[in-house]
Amino acid sequence: MSIAIQANNLVKKYGEVIALDGLSLEVEQGTVFGLLGPNGAGKTTTVRVLTTLLSPDSGSAIVDGVDVLKDPVHAREIMGLSGQNASVDENLTGIENLIMLGRLFRLPKKEAVIRANDLLERFNLNDAAKRIVKTYSGGMRRRLDLAASLIAKPNILFLDEPTTGLDPRSRLMMWDVIQNLVNEGTTVLLTTQYLEEADQLAKKIAVIDKGKVIAQGSADELKTQVGGERIEVVVSPSQTQAAAQALQSMSSGKVVVEGEHVQVPVSGGGVKVVEAVRALDIAKIEIKEIQLRRPTLDDVFLSLTGHHAEEIKAEEDLAPKKGRR
Amino acid sequence: MNPRSITEQYASKHGKIYWLFHDSSVIAWRNLLRFKRNPEVLFFDVVQPIIFILLFAYVFGGAIDVGDSSYRSFLIPGIFVQTIAFAGASAAIGLNADMNSGIIDRFKSLPMNTTGVLLGQNLADLVRSVITLFIMSLTGLAIGWRISGGFTNAVFAYLLLLAFGFAMAWIGSTIGLSVSSPQVASTAGFAWLFPLTFLSNAFVPSETLPKWLRFFAEWNPITSIVAAERYLFGYPVQVAPDAPFSLQHPILTSVIWLVVITAIFMPMAGKKFRKATSR
Repeated sequence: MSIAIQANNLVKKYGEVIALDGLSLEVEQGTVFGLLGPNGAGKTTTVRVLTTLLSPDSGSAIVDGVDVLKDPVHAREIMGLSGQNASVDENLTGIENLIMLGRLFRLPKKEAVIRANDLLERFNLNDAAKRIVKTYSGGMRRRLDLAASLIAKPNILFLDEPTTGLDPRSRLMMWDVIQNLVNEGTTVLLTTQYLEEADQLAKKIAVIDKGKVIAQGSADELKTQVGGERIEVVVSPSQTQAAAQALQSMSSGKVVVEGEHVQVPVSGGGVKVVEAVRALDIAKIEIKEIQLRRPTLDDVFLSLTGHHAEEIKAEEDLAPKKGRR
Repeated sequence: MNPRSITEQYASKHGKIYWLFHDSSVIAWRNLLRFKRNPEVLFFDVVQPIIFILLFAYVFGGAIDVGDSSYRSFLIPGIFVQTIAFAGASAAIGLNADMNSGIIDRFKSLPMNTTGVLLGQNLADLVRSVITLFIMSLTGLAIGWRISGGFTNAVFAYLLLLAFGFAMAWIGSTIGLSVSSPQVASTAGFAWLFPLTFLSNAFVPSETLPKWLRFFAEWNPITSIVAAERYLFGYPVQVAPDAPFSLQHPILTSVIWLVVITAIFMPMAGKKFRKATSR
């Protein structure tokens, strides 16, 4: 497998504030790479550097064989970007937006028109093609924005929080679209603050905090790294102690009883559930409910950084104001 | 090796200059579409110039004495210049709105020539200025203004006005890219134009001003351009023998001003643009 996106030791400072603190990452071709972290962690800054919108103080970045810092114009030719704030022209219609961007992507006029129509159809926007974007819903805008980033059929796509602010239905639709793109061979780097989203889409996830990658791997690997896999059994209150006794031998730690819930720390996954069922059956204990609980990515974040991902939202205001001038 | 995008196949087909004009024309087209959908813009481009001409001609027309010729013929070139100055400065609002909407990030992430964003915006503004000048000229002709300096001079008069608009647009662009919101952009873009246009010979002969103001007015670029316009449209201008260079040679002075303004503010706007990011 070849590497499609590579960032080496990126550093970016805004005065005292360190936005990127030696960030490195590698994305395999044809996969989704999730950049996960709270607001202000450096996700958007990373995307801005990789898409030539921002020059880092030091470090290097190669996208699809092109050096982003040395040859930014060439880099822009081969990548698509869909930003956090849908950046299409509100005063133009959907089709006018796509034709304009198609032409700026160097497509001849005819081809730009054909491509615009194809994309509108693909993203289910053909009914709204001639409407001014101002009248679009949030989900429609986001889809138009994504369509815009696909005009030149780039191999590499950067999606900066593609589903932030979308309702659940639009989010599922977006996930579908992204999945389809990857199935066609596109490499996607996406940033998200939704743990579930990274879990759902990304083959590999980098958790970033304060401008640094603090953990990396598949969702499963990250969860394993944190440990804490456990079987949760619900039995009638009179049998909880008996159940705890029956399960103690297979447990990797201390079995805890909370009300009618019995928590059994284990390692080994699904097989352990079968083992537990057998043990309880032998002890003649009736199981009301049994499940294997794996830690969520939120647990991962908590154990890696010492704080919940959500708690950090208050720090948003501390994030560096992106230099306007 | 397979191309990594469609763009990669086409980008190398033409040179840099071709793409700059290509990109500018695409952006100009986009801006004109935006104007078409914005009734306020139509009001400013079409109705306001008519109101201005009628207002000055009928309200001040009787009160201001400019010698033997009618005030209307004196006035109309002045109003042309003032209107074009304001139209040029309106680039501040458009660019600032772009900057705040996120579209600038989109443009900057494209393989386009980003100078095309500024050039395209300013070209679209020039198209608006052509419409505005046409309407103002018709209104002027309807109330008795006449072009009496010959056809060639008239053509040069209009070209000078457009060149002035183009130069002013770079100042407007620089301001628009320097301030935080469209509201500030419209204040900062226009506020300085009031003293500049009124402390000139646009509405009154500069000889009527007190001495210190008169010095400012005589070297004000607006004055040179208005004087050049009066000359080119055939309004009989009496230049005193002791008048400064700027009034003796208004066309030359105007051209120098336009070159200087463009040479300073074009690169400055470009620099601001490269630094600007949308939120």
